[in-house]
Amino acid sequence: MKYAIQVNAGPCSAQSARTAYQFIKAALDKDHEIVCVFFYHDGVYNALRSGLSAEDKDSVPPWPDLADKHGIDLVLCVSAAQRRGMPTTGADGFRIGGLGQWMDACLKADRVLVFGG
Amino acid sequence: MRSAPRNGARVRESLDMAMTAAAFDQAVRLLMLDDGVFLLKRGQRFEPNGLKPVAPLFEALALYDVEDVFVERESLRGRHLTTEDLVIPVRVVERADIAGLTAEHDLVISC
Repeated sequence: MKYAIQVNAGPCSAQSARTAYQFIKAALDKDHEIVCVFFYHDGVYNALRSGLSAEDKDSVPPWPDLADKHGIDLVLCVSAAQRRGMPTTGADGFRIGGLGQWMDACLKADRVLVFGG
Repeated sequence: MRSAPRNGARVRESLDMAMTAAAFDQAVRLLMLDDGVFLLKRGQRFEPNGLKPVAPLFEALALYDVEDVFVERESLRGRHLTTEDLVIPVRVVERADIAGLTAEHDLVISC
């Protein structure tokens, strides 16, 4: 089955980002396809990496691994990131995109799941 | 949509998503539940603490072909509101019918 995933919460404020990550890992293990992971609302904070201590790094799901190892399209919403003053360049493994990519993914997927709604 | 207007960025972004879907020629409907009904309340004004009214965002939705807005009757009643208190025309649904309403749609995104 093809899934489109939206992540709407930052890694420090809620469990839902990690739950999304674990869902994706489990889906991949069962040979499902993830067409897109779209980071929206406070979910864009998942792309912040610089300056984290080793301990804190463990608390943020290792999203870039999904791009590296599984070729998953991690899309960071540019307007949500800009609204929060985040740099929109150099986010490892993430692609800068917009709601158009999200809609495209929704139309391609069999299921759409929203984490942190 | 089920959160109160005070989270302005979230509301704005949720509506951006609805309008983008409409721009992709998808039929979009909004459903207001719980404190989400306050989003549509008349009489919102600029607050000294920097909060902006969100009701005008909803008044503009019709321009983007998002015209079907549903409100749950129990959520309205629980907050002592009627449809007269809202800035746009809405369709009122009973809580018992919400499951059937969501089942009619291909995609449901909670905001």
